[in-house]
Amino acid sequence: MSEKNHRVSRRQFLTYTLTGVGGFMAAGMLAPMVRMALDPALEASGGAEFVSVGLSEDDLSEEPQRVDFNVEIVDGWYTSEQSRSAWVFLYEGEILALSPTCTHLGCTVNFGTNEEYPDQFFCPCHFGRFERDGTNIPGTPPTRPLDVYDVEVRDGMIYLGQINQRG
Amino acid sequence: MLQKVYDWVDERLDITPLWRDIADHEVPEHVNPAHHFSAFVYCFGGLTFFVVVIQILSGMFLTMYYVPDIIHAYESVYYLQNEVTHGMIVRGMHHWGASLVIVMMFLHTLRVFFTGSYKKPRELNWVVGVLLFFVILGLGFTGYLLPWDMKAYFATVVGLEIAEAAPVVGEFAKILLAGGEVIGAQTLARFFAIHVFFLPGALLGLLGAHFFMIRKQGISGPL
Repeated sequence: MSEKNHRVSRRQFLTYTLTGVGGFMAAGMLAPMVRMALDPALEASGGAEFVSVGLSEDDLSEEPQRVDFNVEIVDGWYTSEQSRSAWVFLYEGEILALSPTCTHLGCTVNFGTNEEYPDQFFCPCHFGRFERDGTNIPGTPPTRPLDVYDVEVRDGMIYLGQINQRG
Repeated sequence: MLQKVYDWVDERLDITPLWRDIADHEVPEHVNPAHHFSAFVYCFGGLTFFVVVIQILSGMFLTMYYVPDIIHAYESVYYLQNEVTHGMIVRGMHHWGASLVIVMMFLHTLRVFFTGSYKKPRELNWVVGVLLFFVILGLGFTGYLLPWDMKAYFATVVGLEIAEAAPVVGEFAKILLAGGEVIGAQTLARFFAIHVFFLPGALLGLLGAHFFMIRKQGISGPL
């Protein structure tokens, strides 16, 4: 760069320093406020606690049975109980707990309520269907399998945790 | 880059005269601290406005977490103060800034008084300034209740009893402010509305008039 380009007029110098200092002050003021507003998006979400569904291991069979249970939801300064449901059964020797929320648009699925398909999960809203293991049946609206709960057995009792997506 | 954006807009909308009218004005020697250091007393009005801007910004962000409800108000303040990152800083800015506005405004008033700047032709601006003083006090009074803790509640109880002590209209004024016989749910909702909508609206309108008049009449001459 030539010497000429380094010449800064008094007006330019003032413009630079004043916007610089002003910008620094504004940033110092706004940074905590913006960070505060962004907090919910930046906070790491903790996994859900395991909750007993009041069902022992011996109660389970190959036949899916619906269990309703309550989980504690902490929402900022407000803590509340919300009800959850799951379809729990034995599938190939493993305990499988499926979320009843249809992966199409969030209606609630039932097991075996469609007379033509007694061995499938059926959603009455748009006739979505799932195999016994939760796999969505091609040609019906849902695009991925039913979500599954984390399952834990403690002292012979079934505990369900976080809901996870598959596929 | 910025210059090009500006030129593009300016070419179409001719915005230069707009901000020139606002930004270009004489700063006489007697109010410039670079000439006479004692002229810093002329900064108090601008500083008051600066703190008011901080109050408006920090207040806007606080309402993202605060709820004006007697069950949850205290919990929401506790949450934003202790759980939300930097919530303590933003609430601190609003809390300390509230006192600072009063201090700066008082110093500004003293400066205007002792330089005699309120005299003809600037009497109207003094009147608007006094109205601003009351609006700021109102913001302080209504904001004090919002955390809904013991100090907030009983300060408001006392404040409303003072209103009640006024002759003739006292009881009416108290019930109007409290939103009923009970100092409770309706009082909190009402104070919140006054604090974040009504008084800031009045404040901005009066500030506009305040600034318009000072630009129209110019700053008062040297002593």
